[in-house]
Amino acid sequence: MKPVNEMKLQFISRSANEGFARVAVAAFFAQLDPTVDEMADIKTAVSEAVTNCIVHAYQNGLGMIYLHARIYEDRRVVVSVKDKGCGIEDIEKAMEPMYTTCDTGERAGLGFAVMESFMDKLKVRSKVGKGTTVTLTKRLSSRENSHD
Amino acid sequence: MPVRMDKNDKRMTAYIMGEIDHHSAKEIREEIDAQVESFLPEILLLDFKDVTFMDSSGIGLVMGRYKLMRTIGGEVKVTNVSAHIKKVMRLAGLDKLAVIEK
Repeated sequence: MKPVNEMKLQFISRSANEGFARVAVAAFFAQLDPTVDEMADIKTAVSEAVTNCIVHAYQNGLGMIYLHARIYEDRRVVVSVKDKGCGIEDIEKAMEPMYTTCDTGERAGLGFAVMESFMDKLKVRSKVGKGTTVTLTKRLSSRENSHD
Repeated sequence: MPVRMDKNDKRMTAYIMGEIDHHSAKEIREEIDAQVESFLPEILLLDFKDVTFMDSSGIGLVMGRYKLMRTIGGEVKVTNVSAHIKKVMRLAGLDKLAVIEK
């Protein structure tokens, strides 16, 4: 199926861009008039994916983050967040709740858990030394009969 | 400053403002920790009333303060959490770790 609308963004892995990325995605999906909860879920998941690129993929310097958002006819929205960073050796391990390679005690290790529970579908593809692509999918509720 | 501190007896309240993500968490954390370390409160209350967004960095923020307060023999409480923030906290079981005050 071809998307009915899509947008692409690329930006460098500075942490100031975490807010920019989630707000840009939310603004793009606003045309579907999502609920406040759906919008918060999507913003949170995008924030986690972009933060992973900054904290992990490009931990040794700056790199480019590629964001691609798509809207499908059935109100399905898909966001992919791609980096050309270090890649993930063991995806299964990385996705375990509370698992983190960060030893400061300030990161909860819940990025993937948030993405998984706030979206309908999460796909992670990664190659060590090449990079990672995280694809987030959510089907927005129908707004036809709602008046809120 | 994304956090305003208020000290009252042995209780210290941190009013966090704006968005909590990996980018903003560092400044919030440093401000709270500096005040906790000089004031040594028995209770640290984190007030989320003016927090407009939070991702899992907020969980790290609460967990880190929980650990800090434990080292000085105090406790952490969390208040004024929106439905969205509560949803993020539940994922980490934080609602069990820190008392969420109504």
